[in-house]
Amino acid sequence: MSRTAPSPAYGKTLQPWWLRITHWLNAVAVLVMVTSGWRIYNASPIFDFTFPPGITLGGWLGGALQWHFAGMWLFVLNGLAYLLLNLATGRLVRKMFPVTARGVLRDTWLALTARLSHADLRHYNQVQRLAYLLVIADLVLLVLSGLVVWKSVQFPLLRELLGGYDMARRIHFYGMAAMVAFVIVHLIMVMLVPRSLLTMLSGRSTLRHAGQETAP
Amino acid sequence: MKISLGKAASSWHQDNASTVTAEAHRLLLKRIPAISRRQFLSRGLTLGSLGLLSGCSIDDNATAEAALARISRFNDRVQGWLFDSSRLAPTYPDSMITRPFPFNAFYSEDKAPRINGETFLLEVSGLVADKHRWPLHRLRSLPQYTQVTRHICVEGWSAIGKWGGPRFGDFLRAVGADLSARYVGFQCADDYYTSIDMATALHPQTLLALDWDGQPLPAKYGFPMKLRMPTKLGYKNPKHIQAIFVSNTFNRGYWEDQGYNWFGGS
Repeated sequence: MSRTAPSPAYGKTLQPWWLRITHWLNAVAVLVMVTSGWRIYNASPIFDFTFPPGITLGGWLGGALQWHFAGMWLFVLNGLAYLLLNLATGRLVRKMFPVTARGVLRDTWLALTARLSHADLRHYNQVQRLAYLLVIADLVLLVLSGLVVWKSVQFPLLRELLGGYDMARRIHFYGMAAMVAFVIVHLIMVMLVPRSLLTMLSGRSTLRHAGQETAP
Repeated sequence: MKISLGKAASSWHQDNASTVTAEAHRLLLKRIPAISRRQFLSRGLTLGSLGLLSGCSIDDNATAEAALARISRFNDRVQGWLFDSSRLAPTYPDSMITRPFPFNAFYSEDKAPRINGETFLLEVSGLVADKHRWPLHRLRSLPQYTQVTRHICVEGWSAIGKWGGPRFGDFLRAVGADLSARYVGFQCADDYYTSIDMATALHPQTLLALDWDGQPLPAKYGFPMKLRMPTKLGYKNPKHIQAIFVSNTFNRGYWEDQGYNWFGGS
């Protein structure tokens, strides 16, 4: 970037391009997987409720399955790209760690008392780190449980680890529920800290940072 | 499954070069209900939440549905590649059999066809050496196997049942089927039809089931015979089979023609 910034912080890339691309592709994939998954669930509900057809994707079971098994490619391939780039660039370790019980409790308390700083968006607080790590683990669990539901005969080890076909189906549902809960909190946080949306779109925050800056 | 079928005939590519396939087609087209792919697909592309959240809807349904169908064909190939014929589906003790075992079809239980087992003859055609028809007692003269396995429906529910009969692979060898052919197709007395890959046809747990729970299959479970594959979803397991044909081109099915994945296996 040759553009001259008014300050070291202004215009600096907070989120690399690959992270922004994989984030938004994942958002699309998750939307497709969840809404088509709800339609598939409705064909044979595990619990005493169904999802309103109006918020599902696919129109009928066959259509929903087509979306689900098309969306899975985007979901898995994009997820792998995200994980590999995160590991290869060292970003995962740099941004998500350390996470300690003490740190999470401290930042939770600060958040609840409205004293948690969001001034420096490069820095993830410990509640944020834990939430991101958990949702990544949850997405992996969704893929693994989905593999058992789809191919229970071909993945015997995975099937037994997840407690059999029926249990894998429930785990797949709970994994979805956990992810939807994450998305809701995630969207609320974006509304509370709108600048974070800009960093995920353009990679930059248009506002000058209050915190101290260090050279990259 | 509460899908109604349309009226317009579907068009599909066929290879008329092979007289063998033509024979299979003749056999099938006698009974195949005309199906409207278009009707399913216009229904299939209702973009509920996606439309709401993005404030737009996908207008070009034909493009999207063609893309989805193409991905489904791609998934058939991936699944064929993933399928390991030495992997066996789990088996269960008799005590785990689901009772009553659920009836499931595209019609109600009282509409299940009643077939006279005394006069019944199974047709065999396509890429086979011996096209003689098979009475039921001849099928019982093949080595019989019994297995308790889980039937998994495409809807997600599952039930454990006990099926018995000859291995389908033994039957295919007995009629001198071309085991390098790609597909085995089935035409059924309830106007159902489907087709499977040869690898699954030859899987050791694939039975030409004549019995359910130690008794001849009752009408509701598919008398006189059902192809029982614990490695496939329920809709791939045809009941009331009347004709079996081996081919390299016929890869259709009652639900598959409406959008269910053709491989449909676990």
